[in-house]
Amino acid sequence: MSTLTLGKALNTGLRKAMEDDPKVVLMGEDIGKLGGVFRITDGLQKDFGEARVVDTPLAEAGIVGTAVGLAMRGYKPVVEIQFDGFVFPAYNQIVTQVAKIHARSRGKLPMPITIRIPFGGGIGAVEHHSESPEAYFAHTTGLKVVAVSNPADAYWMLQQAIAHPDPVVFFEPKRRYWDKAEVDLDAAPPPLFSSRVVRAGDDVTLLAYGPMVKTALQAAEAAEAEGRSLEVVDLRTLSPLDLAPVEESVRRTGRCVVVHEAQTTLGLGAEIAARVSESCFHSLEAPVLRVGGYDVTYPPSKLEEEYLPDLDRVLEAVDRSMGF
Amino acid sequence: MTAVREMVDPVPGAAAPHLPAQPDLVQLLTPEGERVEHPEYSLDVTDEELRSLYRDLALVRRWDVEATALQRQGELGIWASLQGQEAAQIGAGRALGEADMAFPTYREHGVAWTRGVDPLDVISLFRGNDLGGWDPVATRFNLYTVVIGAQCLHATGYAMGIQRDTADAAAIAFLGDGATSQGEVNEAFIWAATFDAPVVFFCQNNQYAISVPIERQSKVPLFQRAAGFGFPGVRVDGNDVLAVLAVTRAALARAREGSGPTFIEAFTYRMGAHTTSDDPTRYRLADELEEWKLRDPIARLKAHLSRSGKADAEFFAGVDAEGDELAARIRKGTLEMPDPAGTEMFDHVYAEQTEEIAAQRAAFLAYQEGFEK
Repeated sequence: MSTLTLGKALNTGLRKAMEDDPKVVLMGEDIGKLGGVFRITDGLQKDFGEARVVDTPLAEAGIVGTAVGLAMRGYKPVVEIQFDGFVFPAYNQIVTQVAKIHARSRGKLPMPITIRIPFGGGIGAVEHHSESPEAYFAHTTGLKVVAVSNPADAYWMLQQAIAHPDPVVFFEPKRRYWDKAEVDLDAAPPPLFSSRVVRAGDDVTLLAYGPMVKTALQAAEAAEAEGRSLEVVDLRTLSPLDLAPVEESVRRTGRCVVVHEAQTTLGLGAEIAARVSESCFHSLEAPVLRVGGYDVTYPPSKLEEEYLPDLDRVLEAVDRSMGF
Repeated sequence: MTAVREMVDPVPGAAAPHLPAQPDLVQLLTPEGERVEHPEYSLDVTDEELRSLYRDLALVRRWDVEATALQRQGELGIWASLQGQEAAQIGAGRALGEADMAFPTYREHGVAWTRGVDPLDVISLFRGNDLGGWDPVATRFNLYTVVIGAQCLHATGYAMGIQRDTADAAAIAFLGDGATSQGEVNEAFIWAATFDAPVVFFCQNNQYAISVPIERQSKVPLFQRAAGFGFPGVRVDGNDVLAVLAVTRAALARAREGSGPTFIEAFTYRMGAHTTSDDPTRYRLADELEEWKLRDPIARLKAHLSRSGKADAEFFAGVDAEGDELAARIRKGTLEMPDPAGTEMFDHVYAEQTEEIAAQRAAFLAYQEGFEK
């Protein structure tokens, strides 16, 4: 067992992936000498060399587009997009190329590319540094999308994503980079594309992913003091969704609240609400509720505490669910 | 020719003596079919090779004519004609080595031909039977890329892989004049330059991006742009298969030896429409096409072969007959091409199928079977 921050767990996972497979190549802005703006790639260029940890020119389409070519040559590129809001220059390559080349080539050209994106708010940043663009990618056929919430998942899921033959957009909760936990570096991890119950409960099922898992767990803690038992599911995988644990839970609780930082309208919560309503219709005691960001431009950082779902907004939604 | 077009000195060759010559244009075969020397680019080519180059040019044009006819008869959804660009494509394609990898746009039927891609596999894409059509790994000819310019980054990344493999190979990206305005293409230039990637950017400047003339893409001749990125740019007569072959060979050799990228501007003309959905009479004058017909890439090599006695009437008749056989095979193969099974759309979205798509596939099958009962 090792005590690791989420950021260090990612770093350790990257190191392990590079040791395990010489075809793994890291590319991104400032990831070499600097070790990345969040230091996730710290020390890797020094140990693996400039051919495997590449400081790229400042152009995101270039990063992803050249990763496509490297993948065609048999490499496994792991690219870092410096911040969530900077992924859009690469959006064309991700959506029209990375996502489609496997289908277009009938499997002759697999795209084992991992696209790492630090996402979400809460760090007091300037604009384009606090966004949650996961729904764009989850909506894109051909991509797989995951979000990690804790150091153990960071360590394991990153290695699993890199080893996976399909392109994986890998969301990292940047405000949780410094959260610490015990990580068993020898444990057998659960499958990459699986959701997990992280706290058992009977009254309401709370669904969250990425940075909101911690918030949901805090809400469950607070609810317990008030005599309410909340079950918390960490979705972990956003595409494909793994709703079996969710449905099992909702059939017991009859109530479901989905939490994410992204704007509520047409966010992941909308899809989950539709599916849970369809699969658990006869068990539901209340409509599936969503707690998300408001449908506004991500606000200046002085307002982000108001914008981001927090413990109280989650509990307020739990109250509404219980009120039906 | 309107005055504005003089900016890029559009008409190469002696066939239009009233227009300015292009001092920078690499040419080894004049529009009249006269073999000329160039101080930097020499080409040793046997008579046999010359005849086989002619054969390639003539056969891809025959394929192109047949495909256009098939589209007009409703057998293809669309066709992008390469007419006028045969020399640029055959010259570049024939310069490639076995280990090199080509990244085409959607008009490189001539390059496909040189890579051994079956014309029917290309037809299957335009007929709507397939999203790709051929095996890009086996043919070392990537699938067509329709989003303009995206393939330039793929070629550059692939070249970075070649570097890491320390392989004796190069990548070549095909692009058009319009693509040079794309950000991704300019990013590819920067990447290739700063990493000395073994990649050749082969731009067929056919003067139009659908309807928009080159003047709207560039204020300078395209080949001059390369200097700003830090690698050589060459303008070659794109209707001269010998010059294209020589220039592309040199650029590929330079890439393979580790000296980095080259930008080749093959100066040519799209004699047909952009695609079968286009109407070029809306944006260009008939006399322009007539000027370019004088520089036809196939007539020029034919003139050279005939006048020099390197090929006789029997040879040309043989190629014509071979062309007709090819056209007949393409026609028959197109008409007999089976429609894809409906389930195919579910089968290759991912390397590891998801439960969601597997369930949708099963539901689709059940739904279809419901009709059959």
